[in-house]
Amino acid sequence: MLRRLLPHPLLSIGILLLWLVLARAYTLNSLLFGLLLGVALPLLTAAFLTDLPRVHKPLKALLFFLIVCRDIIVANWEVALLVLGPLHRIEPRFVTVPLSTSDPFIATLVGSVVSLTPGTVTVDIDMEQRLMLVHGLRITDAAGTIAGIKARYEAPLMEIFGC
Amino acid sequence: MLSPIIATAVTITYALLGLAILLTLWRLWKGPATVDRVLALDTLGINIIAVILLIGLALGTRLYLEAALILAMAGFIGTVALGKYLLGGDIIE
Amino acid sequence: MTQVIEITVAVLLVLGGAFIAIGAIALVRMPDFYTRLHGPTKATTLGMGAIIMALILHSVAIDGRLEPGEAAISLFLFITAPVVAHVLAKAAIRTIGRPKI
Repeated sequence: MLRRLLPHPLLSIGILLLWLVLARAYTLNSLLFGLLLGVALPLLTAAFLTDLPRVHKPLKALLFFLIVCRDIIVANWEVALLVLGPLHRIEPRFVTVPLSTSDPFIATLVGSVVSLTPGTVTVDIDMEQRLMLVHGLRITDAAGTIAGIKARYEAPLMEIFGC
Repeated sequence: MLSPIIATAVTITYALLGLAILLTLWRLWKGPATVDRVLALDTLGINIIAVILLIGLALGTRLYLEAALILAMAGFIGTVALGKYLLGGDIIE
Repeated sequence: MTQVIEITVAVLLVLGGAFIAIGAIALVRMPDFYTRLHGPTKATTLGMGAIIMALILHSVAIDGRLEPGEAAISLFLFITAPVVAHVLAKAAIRTIGRPKI
């Protein structure tokens, strides 16, 4: 019953928080309306949010979030140095990362994280061949970059969503 | 009222954002490919959001928040629409 | 205490502006489209993140209002930046082609 009413509890909580933040009023009124939106929007969009995997390990997810935040800051610093430094230091190239996951949602998350950590951009994901095309700004060791993406981002995400 | 330290920081940030907008406009003007121009437009949108938020801070009002939010959404949808147009020619499939 | 917060806000603001400027410099300096893509889609995201953290810190610690409405913009940009990069990179492959390596 509860599962039918709240198919995506985390999404509902996120919508409620977003509404409270945007309404900029912590009153009963906005709380009730936020709850209404949090229940109604996932139900209305249920038709195309069917196969979302569930978060099995919330603590691991939090840890992963912190690791990604740290990576974004560290890697941004490195890209800033590359941009401001001499141009011959960049070694742009494409690498193809084979994906272990068969879940499109997890693949999208991996691609997004790879794009957010500077120095690498996900160009395309092919779920049929399970390949991800990544462009890097300075790749000196292609095999190392691929192994790094798989070990640092894909493996933890697969563990978080339990598959 | 802003404290002197923050007021100075706001002025410096205005200058940095102005520089960013000028450089982005140069890329928008220069191209060479259409994707370069679309990328420059997207960056310009984000730079302008930063300027709007900074104006809100300097004037001590939060009325500019919605403007920034709407610009973020419109910029994203515009960029994706232009990208889709370049990809296939059709925006609605 | 207020002084420490003010300095933190000031540093975050200038840092954010600097990262946005670096993103724009990358847009001008880098040799081809794919390398240009790296600057704006990310340095800019972190730059906006720093500016928005400064704004939230200012409104919470100095004005004393817990209204982190700017966080919504930051969240939105962090979700959309990879999508923009992906769409534009794909469009570039279609229109100007892919370099050899």
